Amino acid sequence: MVAKRIIPCLDVKGGLVVKGINFEGLREVGDAVEMGVKYSEEGADELVYLDISASKEDRSTFTELVERIALGINIPFTVGGGISSMDDASRLLDRGADKISVNSAAIANPKLISDIADRYGSQFVVCAIDAKCVEGVWRVTTHGGSRMTERELFSWAREAQERGAGEILFTSMDHDGTKTGYACEQYAMLEDMLSIPVIASGGAGSVADIVDVLTRGRADAALAASIFHYGEIPIPTLKRALAEAGVPVRL
Amino acid sequence: MIAIVDYDAGNIKSVTNALERLGVEYTLTADPALIRSAEKVILPGVGNAAAAMESLRAKGLEPVVMSLRQPVLGICVGMQLMCRRSEEGDVRCMDIFDCEVRRFVPEPGIKVPHMGWNSLGNLSGKLFADVPGGSCVYFVHSYYAGLCPDTIATCRHGGTLFSAALKYENFYGTQFHPEKSGAVGERILMNFIGL
Repeated sequence: MVAKRIIPCLDVKGGLVVKGINFEGLREVGDAVEMGVKYSEEGADELVYLDISASKEDRSTFTELVERIALGINIPFTVGGGISSMDDASRLLDRGADKISVNSAAIANPKLISDIADRYGSQFVVCAIDAKCVEGVWRVTTHGGSRMTERELFSWAREAQERGAGEILFTSMDHDGTKTGYACEQYAMLEDMLSIPVIASGGAGSVADIVDVLTRGRADAALAASIFHYGEIPIPTLKRALAEAGVPVRL
Repeated sequence: MIAIVDYDAGNIKSVTNALERLGVEYTLTADPALIRSAEKVILPGVGNAAAAMESLRAKGLEPVVMSLRQPVLGICVGMQLMCRRSEEGDVRCMDIFDCEVRRFVPEPGIKVPHMGWNSLGNLSGKLFADVPGGSCVYFVHSYYAGLCPDTIATCRHGGTLFSAALKYENFYGTQFHPEKSGAVGERILMNFIGL
């Protein structure tokens, strides 16, 4: 049976992993490669690195960083953040990324998903979707939740799958940062309608939250950031708790 | 020296990176003389089996690989090319391992591609020295090699039990990616290098 995956997410700016604290700004939490190695040694199944830099200079720093990450870690990793063209995808593949995630650019140009999947295979393309519930409708947002689009979560997830995305990474903007649990019902609905894996993101505050999204929510993987970065939940502790709860995990 | 066969079969960076991490000397080459004289040979492969086989043939490397006497390790599609034939593009392969490569049959709740960490069973031989049964390794594939007398490790995806690794004489193949399989994968790569 395929194991459920635990995925630490690392936001990267200028080569360093950063974490926003209550809108007061970004705090540096460590070196991107060192943290990746540490997480992989602790039992993380995969890593996601998101480039949150704004300038072109930072973008090229990130590309060089991807090369160092690929050399440093022995588990698969996904890179995302600002990927808007086939050239971006090719460049990151060449540097050793196992997968790339597309988000805002795929909303603007859905063909980007099919183009990248046709060229490099579905396993290389993760479609990241940020959505929030507005009057009962899960509306897709872009630019970190700040811009509302006309798209709706479930139809967009289905279209992304049809276009060749290999995985859906759905972040509930209503749950992100709250540490009160994942949007379990929505993950279960996505699991029912999709044939590709679904990664849950947004809301992890406890071991129980992660057990919940992998069982009741039936997600294939759980992604989290701060609970790992600040050592609130050590990965080995989490993995053992998941195994005890009957969730198939890699120990 | 380890020769990694360079035949335009997808991204081989993960293999070269793994050897760098392990401190193993390697050369990436399509030169038959270099491949023949290497101590060990790795045949990587990502993507479509028919396209990969065509590329190997176009470079004149099929007979080179088939005639090797030193340990050879095919990874993922590299392993599939060592089987009799593949359903992916209905292509005749090198016929080193006594089995065919088929597409996973759809089953409710079972996802194809088979992607992620899955456990190994029925391990045998030196490739898996110090690798406990049940160890998880990383897979990404939609086609699988069936069970056969050459099977040296198995894995289950839904109702299908398939060959996670194969061995015939000096030829080895893993369907999974040891270079992406954490400490267990590094153990397997070092076991191959130590053959």
